Amino acid sequence: MIYLRLFYEFAKIGLFSVGGGMATFPFLLDLGKSTGWFTQQELANMLAISESTPGAIGVNMATYVGFHVASLPGAVMATLGLITPSIAIVVVISQMLARFQKNRMVQNAFYGLRPASTGLIAAAGFGVVSISILTINEFSRTGNPLLLVDWRALALAVALFFAMKKVKWHPVWFIAISAVIGILFHFGS
Amino acid sequence: MPELVDLFLTFSRIGILTFGGGYAMLPILQREIVEDKKWAKESELADYFAIGQCTPGIIAVNTATFIGCKRRGIVGGVVATLGLVFPALFIITAIAAFLNNFAEIQAVKDAFAAVRVCVCVLIFNAVIKLGKSSIKDHITFLIFLCVFLLASFTGISPILWVLLAAVAGILMKGGKRL
Repeated sequence: MIYLRLFYEFAKIGLFSVGGGMATFPFLLDLGKSTGWFTQQELANMLAISESTPGAIGVNMATYVGFHVASLPGAVMATLGLITPSIAIVVVISQMLARFQKNRMVQNAFYGLRPASTGLIAAAGFGVVSISILTINEFSRTGNPLLLVDWRALALAVALFFAMKKVKWHPVWFIAISAVIGILFHFGS
Repeated sequence: MPELVDLFLTFSRIGILTFGGGYAMLPILQREIVEDKKWAKESELADYFAIGQCTPGIIAVNTATFIGCKRRGIVGGVVATLGLVFPALFIITAIAAFLNNFAEIQAVKDAFAAVRVCVCVLIFNAVIKLGKSSIKDHITFLIFLCVFLLASFTGISPILWVLLAAVAGILMKGGKRL
């Protein structure tokens, strides 16, 4: 039963991702690999769209992946799955707010959890780099280290990085500019 | 208007107005929840937001549940959260249905190939930002590095690394250093 499976998988993601929307990304990558529901490439596209539409990124991603897997009912089930653990946990915590914040064991656990969450996102980012900037297939086919990197993509990444440092626009503008550059310079070929 | 309906509609509006989620949501929450509806004080909102960041799940969802709970108990928490996620169902579904029909066009492929490069940079920036607040000393750096390498080069579920990191945090008793 695909709908129950979606609910269950997204409830797990809601339960174990700490630190906001982007923290769900490594879990989604893992979900795609283990189920074959979507490719790394498709997930990176979905992340770009989730960043460019209104609403929380994590919720948008869940809705998008759910829709991709099983259409509108899938979108509903994935989103409900994602928010169910949050609701349960927050309902409990809100009863004992002050104690939770001061609890030493909770503080210690989060001392370990936060860098782990950062590490997971970094690893997921590395996964996206390997499909969008690196050309590992070309490299292993030819053995030429110069062919390991798509230099055009790398140049775009460096330009975007410095542009984002310089001007604090919303990510949606950088995504839109990238799309135009991609069309003008035929990035897909 | 019954407060439950008001909770649903207000959080739906917040869901539409927030672009990017998380931190982008804070100024809108301040205006709608603190100044307009007076459902929570400024300091309470800051508390909810801080706890929302360090409890599992999406920060925006956690904050909505907190405020809903405060006003109308568990039902309020559920209703506020459903309100928040409701607009995404329409917007994302429409975009996904649209894009599915155009995914094979060469221009769309070209656009997304470059957009994925942009996604790399966005994730990189998110890691830098999160790293500044989460990597505080040698131990947290070591946890970051181990999780990064293990998650990159083994196919084991991230859930295991999250659990181990929480246990490591408890054993190292590092919470006071934050």
